[in-house]
Amino acid sequence: MTASEPDNFDEMHMPDGSVREAYQGYNDWLEQQDEGWMRRKAFEAESFFRKTGITFNVYGEDDAEERLIPFDQVPRIITGAEWRRLSKGIEQRVRALNAFMHDLYHRQEIIRSGRLPERLFRDNAAWLPQMVGFTPPGGVYTHIVGIDLVRTGPDEFMVLEDNARTPSGVSYMLENRETMMAMFPELFSKVKVSDVSDYPRKLAKSLAACAPECVEGNPSIAVLTPGIYNSAYYEHAFLADQMGAELVEGSDLRVIDGKVHMRTTVGFRPVDVIYRRVDDDFLDPLTFNPTSVLGIPGVMDVYRSGNVTIANAPGTGVADDKAIYSFMPDIVEFYTGEKPLLPNVETFRCADPDALKYVLDNLSELVVKEVHGSGGYGMLIGPTASKKEIAEFRHKLENRPENYIAQPTLALSTCPIFTKKGLAPRHVDLRPFVLCSPEGVSITPGGLTRVALKKGSLVVNSSQGGGTKDSWVLED
Amino acid sequence: MLGRVAHGIFWMYRYLERAENTARLLAAGQRMALTRGDEMAYQEWKSILTTLGLRQAYESHYDDYDGPHVCDFVLRSKHNSESVLSMVERARTNARACRSAITAEVWEAVNEGWMTLRDLLARPVRSSNLNMSLAAIRRESTLARGASHGSMLRNETYCFARLGTFLERADNTARILDVKYYLLLPSLSYVGTPLDTGQWDNILRALAAERAYRWLNAGRMDARSIADFLILDERFPRSLVFCYSDMRGNLAELARLHGAEGRCHEAMREADLRLSGKTVEDIFDQGLHQFVLEFIAGNQSLAGAIAEDYRFVS
Repeated sequence: MTASEPDNFDEMHMPDGSVREAYQGYNDWLEQQDEGWMRRKAFEAESFFRKTGITFNVYGEDDAEERLIPFDQVPRIITGAEWRRLSKGIEQRVRALNAFMHDLYHRQEIIRSGRLPERLFRDNAAWLPQMVGFTPPGGVYTHIVGIDLVRTGPDEFMVLEDNARTPSGVSYMLENRETMMAMFPELFSKVKVSDVSDYPRKLAKSLAACAPECVEGNPSIAVLTPGIYNSAYYEHAFLADQMGAELVEGSDLRVIDGKVHMRTTVGFRPVDVIYRRVDDDFLDPLTFNPTSVLGIPGVMDVYRSGNVTIANAPGTGVADDKAIYSFMPDIVEFYTGEKPLLPNVETFRCADPDALKYVLDNLSELVVKEVHGSGGYGMLIGPTASKKEIAEFRHKLENRPENYIAQPTLALSTCPIFTKKGLAPRHVDLRPFVLCSPEGVSITPGGLTRVALKKGSLVVNSSQGGGTKDSWVLED
Repeated sequence: MLGRVAHGIFWMYRYLERAENTARLLAAGQRMALTRGDEMAYQEWKSILTTLGLRQAYESHYDDYDGPHVCDFVLRSKHNSESVLSMVERARTNARACRSAITAEVWEAVNEGWMTLRDLLARPVRSSNLNMSLAAIRRESTLARGASHGSMLRNETYCFARLGTFLERADNTARILDVKYYLLLPSLSYVGTPLDTGQWDNILRALAAERAYRWLNAGRMDARSIADFLILDERFPRSLVFCYSDMRGNLAELARLHGAEGRCHEAMREADLRLSGKTVEDIFDQGLHQFVLEFIAGNQSLAGAIAEDYRFVS
């Protein structure tokens, strides 16, 4: 029996070592398993991932062109009741995000009302003037959203980050479940877990519902990938395959007669919906980065004439900025008229002089993040940082305070992982995947659990040694 | 189907086929080296390099024709962009780029094949392990072909897979004939001497044809019937006629699916004229070498026409 660390919430074990309700069924099963057999299973999982090619690419490392994200075989479990509460909060937040995007690119009521400083998007590289006054097909901006959640107590879930551009990781959510079911089939007959496998079908349906109005019959959907050297290529291919959509690269597409077409063996055929996994900047060399070879020259003109759907809409990145994040509770309230169901993590905006002073005085206890950073890069984790790192960040903060936000170091919840010495608690987060279309918001139960494999570490990013777990929502 | 994907599939199967045929060629060379004197073995390794189109590249790195050097160069040398290892890598890269056009079974076969051969060829192959390694190359290619046969829809994608396979195989058979044609010329052969039957035997081995040939020709071995078998036998899966018959079927299927023929169908009919109704005597009258040269050129232009008709690159 493993007791949790005293100062944070362990999702499986109570401080006295007894097992919480969510994990009861799993624990009953686990106690009957042989430890050596469980250890062999860990190897099995790795070779399964290698064979199926579920890898991600790491930039700038010759040797390890394709790496595996470590998979831990202990599931992360959430009860049905907990999930219902969470999903209400997520839906509210995603509806607000879409309304916010529409407002930002149209009347800007939120700025006029004084709830959001104008500089926040004017200075934002993700803000696209090309989107002003334009409404995407179906009125949807964020077709696919990943909301990163952390937990600090039995009822305390909060949003750490909104991913409104091109959230990745959903293929791991699906493959982790497949792997668990292949490795431990009898476990799933003992514990009833909500199914996630229809995500690709729902994604295809949701994207089709956002097709341009001029499309008759079944819209043609394509997944646009930067190509096989992209770190998430596996996921692009996986989703195209699972949806029955074409997997295209920029060089396969061409604008002809005001429509996007793909080069097929029988000539050029129209494409109605592009699920792009290419950043805004590379989407159209005629509008954005002129040196981009990943995009489609002229696609923005087609888009603005309403002849193609781009998912997510260009310019959505303005909403998942960390400076905007700190305003999300206000944003939710402004557009939904309701109190936010899911709180933010307390956030200090260093652009504000009082906040900056507090942050500088308390650097060794705070997490400082770049406003535009992602992937866990460019951040300072005060409690584990060296004096030198803290001094460097102090310097950066003094030079460009508006480029940073700070948050208290959270006592993130832990969930056990399987180690050579048995179960051991590690910090986790959760990224549920949300689909938006005119037909509604759909949230797949669970999501991707990322876990910091190093003892005590708070960094769960796969690019920095994080792993993943299968995430269960129990059926009750 | 995307033109880029058709291109990727076509070449993925060409690479797999070429890797396999290269392994056969090396196995035949190895056998020759073990059963003949040094001089004979050198000649054989040299002609294998010629068949593979690698002689120049090889000679800029080695000044001998030692079996271990040749095998290392052909199998895994970093200086050889056409090594078996890089062919398997390219096949796997193509499979990855066309992941949504192939089945999970095909992908896993190609991916696992690549992992196996990458490990196997990570270090120089010892002579004592050569046969085992060559068998592994053949096996991985066979597994990928088998997975394709057993799991893929018989649609456009499959047509390009088969076209790639048989176009490459026909090319490989023809290249061997091109390099060894003089051994098959009746006027020049030293009928009945042990040396000759050894050389003939080796050609058959390089094409995995020795058992089939013996089965059909009980104890008889002569140049004319070997040439007949390798070029014109409709039952032998590596003969030129067999490869072209499969390609003809797949091109016809593409025309049916698309409702139109292209330049490649025209090229196919021209190629048919060169093969159909011919006897081996006709071919010898025309000149075996000339025939093979024309065949190789025709095969290449057929590949070019397929690429153009189906918009492989533009």
